[in-house]
Amino acid sequence: MSETITQDRITLAKGLNMGLRRAMEDDPKVLVMGEDVGKLGGVFRITDGLQKDFGEDRVIDSPLAESGIVGTAVGLALRGYRPVVEIQFDGFVYPAYDQIVCQVAKMHYRSRGRSKMPMVIRIPFGGGIGAVEHHSESPEAQFAHTPGLKVVACSNPVDGYWMIQQAIACDDPVVFLEPKRQYHADKAQLDTSATPDPLFSSRVVRRGEHATLLAYGPTVKTALAAAEAASGEGRSLEVIDLRTLSPLDMAPVLESVRRTGRAIVTHEAHVNLGMGAELAARITEECFYSLEAPVLRVGGFDTPYPASRIEEEFLPDLDRVLDAVDRSLDF
Amino acid sequence: MSHHGFGPDLVEVFGPSQSDGGPELVQLLTPEGERTHHPEFDRDFSAEELRGFYRDMVLTRRIDVEATALQRHGELGIWAQLLGQEAAQIGAGRALRPQDHVFPTYREHGVAWCRGVDPLKLLGLFRGVDHGSWDPAEHNFGLYTIVIGAQALHATGYAMGMQRDGVVGTGDPDRDAAVVAHFGDGASSQGDVNEAFIFAASYNAPVVFFCQNNQWAISEPIERQSRIPLYQRALGFGFPGVRVDGNDVLATYAVTQAALQRAREGQGPTFVEAYTYRMGAHTTTDDPTRYRLSDDVERWKLRDPISRVEVYLRRNGLVDDAWIEELKGEADELGARLREGCKAMPDPQPLDMFAHVYAEETDELRAQREGYAAYLETFEEAGR
Repeated sequence: MSETITQDRITLAKGLNMGLRRAMEDDPKVLVMGEDVGKLGGVFRITDGLQKDFGEDRVIDSPLAESGIVGTAVGLALRGYRPVVEIQFDGFVYPAYDQIVCQVAKMHYRSRGRSKMPMVIRIPFGGGIGAVEHHSESPEAQFAHTPGLKVVACSNPVDGYWMIQQAIACDDPVVFLEPKRQYHADKAQLDTSATPDPLFSSRVVRRGEHATLLAYGPTVKTALAAAEAASGEGRSLEVIDLRTLSPLDMAPVLESVRRTGRAIVTHEAHVNLGMGAELAARITEECFYSLEAPVLRVGGFDTPYPASRIEEEFLPDLDRVLDAVDRSLDF
Repeated sequence: MSHHGFGPDLVEVFGPSQSDGGPELVQLLTPEGERTHHPEFDRDFSAEELRGFYRDMVLTRRIDVEATALQRHGELGIWAQLLGQEAAQIGAGRALRPQDHVFPTYREHGVAWCRGVDPLKLLGLFRGVDHGSWDPAEHNFGLYTIVIGAQALHATGYAMGMQRDGVVGTGDPDRDAAVVAHFGDGASSQGDVNEAFIFAASYNAPVVFFCQNNQWAISEPIERQSRIPLYQRALGFGFPGVRVDGNDVLATYAVTQAALQRAREGQGPTFVEAYTYRMGAHTTTDDPTRYRLSDDVERWKLRDPISRVEVYLRRNGLVDDAWIEELKGEADELGARLREGCKAMPDPQPLDMFAHVYAEETDELRAQREGYAAYLETFEEAGR
């Protein structure tokens, strides 16, 4: 299909929408399914206009049952389709947890590679939008802990455009995390003729010398803001957007930490047994003698997600990240 | 009698609990081997079909008996017995066309037989050498599903795929296809099964929900799962439900065939409740004497699915002693092949655990595999 090259400034929501559209144009086996993804275009409008252009057979408004959505997507994948399912909010993924963890994740393994599961499970994740409970969760570690799944998180409009297409093209099931508070926030210039980085790669998004900040999804913006603020105090912080959580792409992380000697991980998810714990362990194993300070973690507290009026206290922000930077540099 | 505006009394609508399946039970061959007729599901069966059903059931029972014995001898870790459910499975399995697709539980050994899966491959799962080694695409028969009811959704999704592939309602018997989702009475309580009903009804998917109500979910009787006959539930989901004598291979075949045809023609899902009884234990680790009466088992022995067909075949002169003897010999050969084949199955190698986790292996998993390989080699070196 002929492709129009654009160089517009777009939001993350638009980038994802354009990426989905292009994937559907490129491969007739790509289906979109979920609650309200059709006429409404999704509660965040990520699938806006897709049903109108690709029809109800390819953009499927599903009954309101998450296990049903993922479970039927398993059957569609077994039949040769590439379903992209939308879980409306992070907190609603748990009814589908069995299908994702027991069925989706294991199908390729238990069938000795005969049955592929090229499925993308899109989950708007994280807080900061003033929502009621169960709408601001960060469940990534639970999926990254599950062999057979791949887990990625986009942080910006350009990555949203490319990563969703790459995830759809992947023959393995991908849990695709989208920072919902970024959907309609910052715009970036998209060049659809560019060559994207590989899906399962991390990226240095700001160079620095004194410490390395590791972030993904919504906290990439926080980390960049922290690095900018720190530069005013003569501190040069490197920021890495991890992008892929399973597998982890440790090479750029290790290279950076060997240079800076310090690493601070920040995510919205609870710190206990979160991605930061795994990153700290791997950094310690691989560059113990380069470390000038323990790897520190700045994340959500080990409480249920609080009422939205105090969610900013729960979420890692610029000050809490800089506080950790201080502790690392003072160690 | 009305319940103060909440509608009629359930017992008045559904009748009292019927341990014999009740008046709605579709039956074409009585437990005594008498051929009966049914206004909707009747059909003629050739002598060859009848002998075929009998042979399938005898050989399936033999697979089950051998596997149970192999477990007792320590050759299998566990075995899920199908004893008593042969007619339900052979009837459902033989009603399929090659292009139809089946999503089984872990007890569908008879359906696997009908789909041409080597029974030795069934044993591999229970011996612990793999998680199922047949090719689902080759046999149009999925891998066994252990999590109760999960496969009902897979079946529905697969049926939705068939709709999109244009293989439903074309009128071409070699093209039109449907799916059978197998599950049991216990699974009927699972959310996934109920969600599958919802999705199948909503999209009019070509799927037959084939429930073998064997009366027991391990130790829990059907009364713990449902206050009404299971087949009656289908109405509430918006598609037909039929209760068939699951110990009557002819009726099971006829009903399943009709339900499949309905699905293939694009008329949507059907719920078939095959009313049967689990004569054995849930699995070889279960002890049914702790929770059920031997009287019940004795009563169901009189409804044995195989003997009623043998009575009919002999009474009508469709088989003779020589034919029966020949079949026994075939069963003995099958049994011997299973015993020898099972014991000869090689264990997987330690590094096999790393294979096929992903279609595209990750660097970190590759590193783990190579690390473990190097670790294992240190033992080999030490042993030299």
